[in-house]
Order: sequence, then C-alpha cells, then structure tokens
Amino acid sequence: MSEFRMPSLGADMEAGTLVEWRVRPGDAVRRGDIVALVDTDKAVIEVEIWEDGVVDELLVAAGQKVPVGTPLARLRAAGATPPPPAPAAVAAPRPTEKPGAAPRAAEAAAAPPAPPASAQPPVAPAPIAVEAAAAAAATRRVHATPLARRIAESLGVDVAALEGTGPGGAVTRADVERAASPPRAAVASAALAPPAAELRAARARQAMAAAMARSKREIPHYYLTTRIDLAHALAWLAAENARRALADRLLPAALLLRAVALAAREAPEMNGFFVDGTLRPAACVHLGVGVSLRQGGLVAPTLRDADTKNASVVMRELTDLVARTRAGVLRSSELGDATLTVTNLGDQGAESVHGVIYPPQVALVGFGRIAEQPWAHDGFLGVRPVVVATLAADHRASDGHRGSRFLAAVDRLLQTPEKL
Amino acid sequence: MSETQRSDPPARIRQSYRDALREAHRDALRRDERVFLMGEDVGRYGGCFAVSRGLLDEFGPERIRDTPLSESAFVGAGIGAALGGMRPIVEIMTVNFSLLALDQIVNNAASLLHMSGGQLAVPLVIRMTTGAGRQLAAQHSHSLEGWYAHIPGIKVLAPATLEDARGMLWTALEDPDPVLIFEHGALYGVEGEIAADAGPVPIDRAALRRPGRDVSLFAYGGTLGKALAAADALAAEGVEAEVIDLRTLRPLDTATILESVARTHRALVVDEGWRSGSLAAEVIARIVEGAFYELDAPPARVCSAEVPMPYAKHLEDAALPQAPRIVDAARRLLGDAA
Repeated sequence: MSEFRMPSLGADMEAGTLVEWRVRPGDAVRRGDIVALVDTDKAVIEVEIWEDGVVDELLVAAGQKVPVGTPLARLRAAGATPPPPAPAAVAAPRPTEKPGAAPRAAEAAAAPPAPPASAQPPVAPAPIAVEAAAAAAATRRVHATPLARRIAESLGVDVAALEGTGPGGAVTRADVERAASPPRAAVASAALAPPAAELRAARARQAMAAAMARSKREIPHYYLTTRIDLAHALAWLAAENARRALADRLLPAALLLRAVALAAREAPEMNGFFVDGTLRPAACVHLGVGVSLRQGGLVAPTLRDADTKNASVVMRELTDLVARTRAGVLRSSELGDATLTVTNLGDQGAESVHGVIYPPQVALVGFGRIAEQPWAHDGFLGVRPVVVATLAADHRASDGHRGSRFLAAVDRLLQTPEKL
Repeated sequence: MSETQRSDPPARIRQSYRDALREAHRDALRRDERVFLMGEDVGRYGGCFAVSRGLLDEFGPERIRDTPLSESAFVGAGIGAALGGMRPIVEIMTVNFSLLALDQIVNNAASLLHMSGGQLAVPLVIRMTTGAGRQLAAQHSHSLEGWYAHIPGIKVLAPATLEDARGMLWTALEDPDPVLIFEHGALYGVEGEIAADAGPVPIDRAALRRPGRDVSLFAYGGTLGKALAAADALAAEGVEAEVIDLRTLRPLDTATILESVARTHRALVVDEGWRSGSLAAEVIARIVEGAFYELDAPPARVCSAEVPMPYAKHLEDAALPQAPRIVDAARRLLGDAA
C-alpha cells in the first residue's frame, strides 16, 4: 500500500487544484500512466504516476485545492488484495454513459449460456453477450459537437468529463462554457473548476512574477558573455538537413541545447539546485526550455535527460514540447525539475539575453539570434554566423572562472556538431 | 409641397403572388420587344394558374403564344428562339410535365454553350409550377427543383416572396444562360403588401428573412412560409430561429449559408423534396464541409415523406413538411437546453 501525493510541479508551486481524475478505484496503473489533471495556476498538467499498482481509493475529489504533498490516492500492489466482490463498483458507469447500460452488459456477459432447449444449435446467445460486454468495456467515444470540442480545447476543458445536454446527450458549447466558468456555489470555497484561458494566463503571469522577484531578491547573479562562431555548425547542419526528410530536419536550437546539456554534465556548479544554503548538484541534466506563449507569458517545460539524447531526439522532443506547451497540455514530468534553463531568442530575437535564474536552479544560459558578424580568424577578417551565448549564474554556487570554463565548453562542443 | 411628396416612402400596394408575377411579365414585355411568352393555355385561357390573364389582350398573339400539348416541342422551340436572338419565356404547366422536356433542357439548353465552344448562348427562361399541398395527387405534386439544381449550365430560382415573384423574372431574362424559375403552387394566391415600384432583384444570393441566434432554418419556395411560422412558434418558447431563404438553388449561395451556421451553430434544412439525394442533402453537405467546427449539433432536415404524394388531405398534410414538424426538429437540435 502506498500513497500518491500532490506533486510539486514547479519550485514555486505550493498547492494545486485537482481538476479531474483519469482513474477510478480498481483501475490498474503502470508507471508513467496519466492519472489526474492538476491545475497549478500556471497550466493544467497531466500528472503521471511513478509506480505500478491498483488504485485503492481516491482521497481528494475533483475541484479541491490541496497543498503539495497531500495524499491524493491510495495505491496497492497489483494482486496484493483481491478486489472486494462488488460488481457494481467494477461496472460503475462512466459519467457519460447512460445509467444502467454497463451493468446490463456485465450481467449479460456473466449469464451462463442458455442450455440448448431444442435441436437448434445454441450459438446465438453467447456471441451476442460477449459482444455487448466488449462494447461496454471498450473506451466509449465521447459525443461532443465539433464546436464544443473546438471551444473545449481553447479553454482547456476535457469534454470526456462533462455531462452532455445536447441532442442524444452530446456535449455542447454550453456544457463546455459552463464547465469552464467557476460554479457560483463554489466561489466561497477553495474549489475551482478549470479557469478560463484568460484567467489562467493572468495567474501564470502572477506565478512567474513571484518566481522572478524571488530570484532577483535572493540570488546574487553574475553574468558572462561569449561570442560563438557557428560557421562550422551551420554548414554541417545544412549538409545534414539536405540528406534528411523534411520532418526530420534539425534547427540550430537542437545543437545549442545539446551543447549546453553536454557542457552541463561536466559542470556541476551550473547544473543543480541551491537549497538550504548549499549547492546540490544534479545527477542528470534536465533542461528547462523557455517557450513563449502566443497570448503572452512564458513557460519553461523540461526536456529530460538532454545529455543522453542525440540531436535528432532532442529536436523531435523540442518540437512536441513547444506544441503542447502552447496548447496547454503538459505532463507532470515535463514541469518542475529542470536542473538548468536555456532561453533561446531565435531568429527574431535580440542579439543577447541576460536571463533571470529560475529558483532554485543555479544558472541560466541565454542565446541571442544567430547573425552574420565580422570575425577575425588566423589574422584575417571574415564574416561568420555568430551567436552571443550568455550565462547568468548564482554566485553562491559558482564563480566567474567556473562559468567561463562552462561557456568555453559550450563553444568547443559547437565546433564539432557531428558529435552532438 | 411637391418636394415633400417626392421624399415620401414609396407607396405600398396589396397584391397576390400571382399578380406580382403578372406584373413582372408585363414589365418585361414592355421593356424588351424580344421578350415573348409561350406555353399551354397561356393565351386565351390566361394561364393554368392565371398568371398571364389579360396579357394576350394587351400584347397580342405574336407575343403571348398558346402551344400544343408537347413540352419537348415548345421548350425546343424556345431554345431555338433564344439562339435566334429572342428572349423567350416558356411556361410549363407543372414540374411533372417538364420531364417530357428534360432532354431539351439538359441536353440542349444546358449544354449548347459548352458544345459550341462558347458560341451559342441560350438566354431562355423557363417557368413552371412545383410542389404539393393542393390535393393534386401523385402525378402533379412533385418538387423536382432539386433535380434541376444538379445540372451545370442552368440557374435554378425559387421565388418565395412577392418581391422575388415580381423581381426575379427580369434579372433572369438578362442572364445569358438558361434560367429555370420554380413557382410553388400554394403561393399563387398568397397576398401581401409590396412596394408599388418594386422591380428587379438579384438572383445570385440567399436572403436572411429573420435573424436569430439559436438555430438556422434553411428553406425556399413553398417551405419559407412554414419555416417562418415555425420560427414564430419557437420564439414563443424563447428560441430565436434564424430563417434563410435560399432563393437561388443553383448556384447555391454557400457563403450566406455558412455565415448563418457560424452565427447559430445549428442547422435545419426544410425541403419539400424527397429526402434521399435532395437539395437538403446538398445544403447539409456544404455545411459539414465548410462549417464543421462551428456545429454544436448534427445538422438536421425536414423533408417530404418518401412516398408518391397522397391525394387524401390528411395524408398529404402528413407527408409534407409542416411548421409543427419544423418546430419539433429544431427543439431536438437544441437538446436539453431548449
């Protein structure tokens, strides 16, 4: 028996609202399964579970806001205690099903085949019962209108959790909008339905403001800047992309992230956390990647184990991460435990960025836009694509000498792009 | 004093749909000497539905011509006259008789411009009565305008209002290609007020007849009045139905249809044609193609029962779209919210 607790989905997260359960008592879960949706005030996150087992009891109801660490559900080892003989609980209909439909199907499945009363071969009843049970067991497609689905996506509402009032019980726009606005009765309590997109954006802005203010208040930043010649890296990238299918092509960002990840592995003072007055270097490299949201605001989801994945994998995961960040559907493992953050201004950005460290991390690497610059090399002046790399680091954890070596390593790694 | 009188709103007169059609003919015959009317009983009898009563006296037998009972022959003659530079109006008594002229309409009128490499336009107008509801039984109660709306090369109009009865004919005559005008038989006697100086109207767009925000009712011809009556009944329940008069069945004004669905998110098509392969099916297909993500309920339709039209009054009424059925269908689209 173990407990599944409200996870910390960010260093600044103190409490979360359980928006929706994706499991019910009796469900078997495996490590990595998404079991709940949690609203952190910054985003609605799909929360994964970290052990295998069977859900024994849900301790917190949807809509409740509880502090980080609060037990949300009890989990028992698979096969430890046989489930109590309560067929009603096992066949409990999902809210979207017609009441009684599933139990009827279950009964039909449990009923012994009728004995052959006549010379007719007794084939008909059994297959029908099996089909009915299978149909009930299969995940039912939620009936929601196209408009309802479109609006639900923009408001971050899960249509599967709603009771439809439209034709044939379909979820309609009105159902989605009702679910997206806080219920009037619950205004006094802490219980909140998923807030509308604008509300969440405002709260995300507040949460970001709190983290950044804390960073500038507590962390003695120092800043280093270096210019990196990307001529070789971009030439390699162009040749590499010419060989690749359109969907598999690499952007410079993948190389920059890989270089930072590999450099971070060798620089424990840059990769980790400053907690309780000491530096705690991280054993792995999880890069926080700054993603600006179209409606404004910034989220830094986590690209896990970036030092062990090649550039192709990093590119693929980055693309997926950016898309899902902007759609507002991140998983719990993608938020909160980044060991080092990278902010990349991209094509349209300024020349350089001196970032604010995301506490309790100890460093932030910034890349400006890649631009052609005059570059002296071997006594000759030429024009090279150059990126300005900056390091904002915590002076309690490191100093300028270590920081310089870290940036030099990033530069060195970018000169051998084929190894990234 | 005379200044004041001139700026007064135009006078309105009381008129029937039939009168409005007759005025349209009179206007066209006066405006353009190439215009003439021909068909069965359009002259001395004044037209089977009395649309052309009095025109023979006013314009003479050269321009108001009675024809033999041969639709293929006189529609063919109309095509020939159009090719020869005239602007004929051919009246076919009812849509079921037009089947005898289908070859002339589809193979000749609709195709000649294409077959001649753009040399032979056919500026022909064919008018005919369509629809049921008058106890004329299975052979004189069809609504086959949806069939004609399938054919490239022609335009298909369905005037449902006095203004359209008065104004569509001249615009159709000015069109270089064949135009078919379907007049619903139940409309001829409908009276209402119309501007005394009403004139030509466009024939390339649908019309918003009643704005609403909850559901769009698409209707045309004989079903427009039923849709408007249904909208009245729905309004009494707090449901604001928007009513769109399709007016032109070919080419359909898809933009207006999709705009309405984008406003109301629910679509109900009312079509007196039989359901299978109907114009209603085409309208719904376009809605699903073009406004899928606007839909907050499956599109629905109210059509005629798929039976030969019964003669008995109660059976005929039951077979046709009626306002209460439209109201029921609209309520179902609104689900529990209604």
